[in-house]
Amino acid sequence: MFITRKAEFSASHICRSPAMSDEQNRAFYGLAANPHGHGHNYVLEVTLEGDPDPVTGMVLDLKRLKEIVNEQVVEPMDHRFLNHEVPPFDKIIPTTENLAVEIWRRLEPQFSSGAARLHAVRLWETEDLYVDYFGGV
Amino acid sequence: MVRLTRRYRFPASHRLHSSKLSEAQNQEVYGKCNNPFGHGHNYVIEIGVRGEIDLNTGCAIDLTLLDSLVKEHVVSAFDHRYLNEEVPAFATLVPTAENIGMETRRRLEAVWPANFPVLEKVRVQETNRNIIEV
Repeated sequence: MFITRKAEFSASHICRSPAMSDEQNRAFYGLAANPHGHGHNYVLEVTLEGDPDPVTGMVLDLKRLKEIVNEQVVEPMDHRFLNHEVPPFDKIIPTTENLAVEIWRRLEPQFSSGAARLHAVRLWETEDLYVDYFGGV
Repeated sequence: MVRLTRRYRFPASHRLHSSKLSEAQNQEVYGKCNNPFGHGHNYVIEIGVRGEIDLNTGCAIDLTLLDSLVKEHVVSAFDHRYLNEEVPAFATLVPTAENIGMETRRRLEAVWPANFPVLEKVRVQETNRNIIEV
């Protein structure tokens, strides 16, 4: 059984590659390469896979899931400039793809020992763009 | 491997009517959608791709290029059009959500760059309650 919890955070970022010229960055990333950055209201969907506990009827205590997502993702990222304030985005570009992978890395160890395991991370950057990551390469 | 999904929106009108069916059969099969002057929807098309994140760009796809391909080959052809009359494929094909999905996939596959990730999903949302995926 899959269970999904949503969380939201707002953050700013710049998408620029140091391997490209200003012109190439502008051509590839468009407005997202603007040097002063810009922000989004990110919507995160965290999906766990597991069986309902025979006593509680729950895959995982949703309150606990909310706490984990808040501690690992929302608190460190909400109202931050990702490139400057949230490692590893000082070194890697905070595209939606890289953010989804980083969120997986932060969340996955939290579920490695319990009955529920992390199945997917879906990160919406806007209403018209989202990325799914399922772990692995 | 990540999956990335991009949404595009356009309004358009259509009429569901098959030349292979009688007037009565068309009415029976398509109901209100068969009304002779057509009607419209706010379509949402989702394009889903599957690929690896490029280490230099941090991206699984060149989104600027995807946007321009979809806008040029799909959105600009369908946006604010009467699909039956203005899109050649729908002169013979009934412009159901299913066929709009198939036509969108055909158009994109014809121009899909060799270095692009896999085109995994074309999803057409005709209304909030009517969604197909090809």
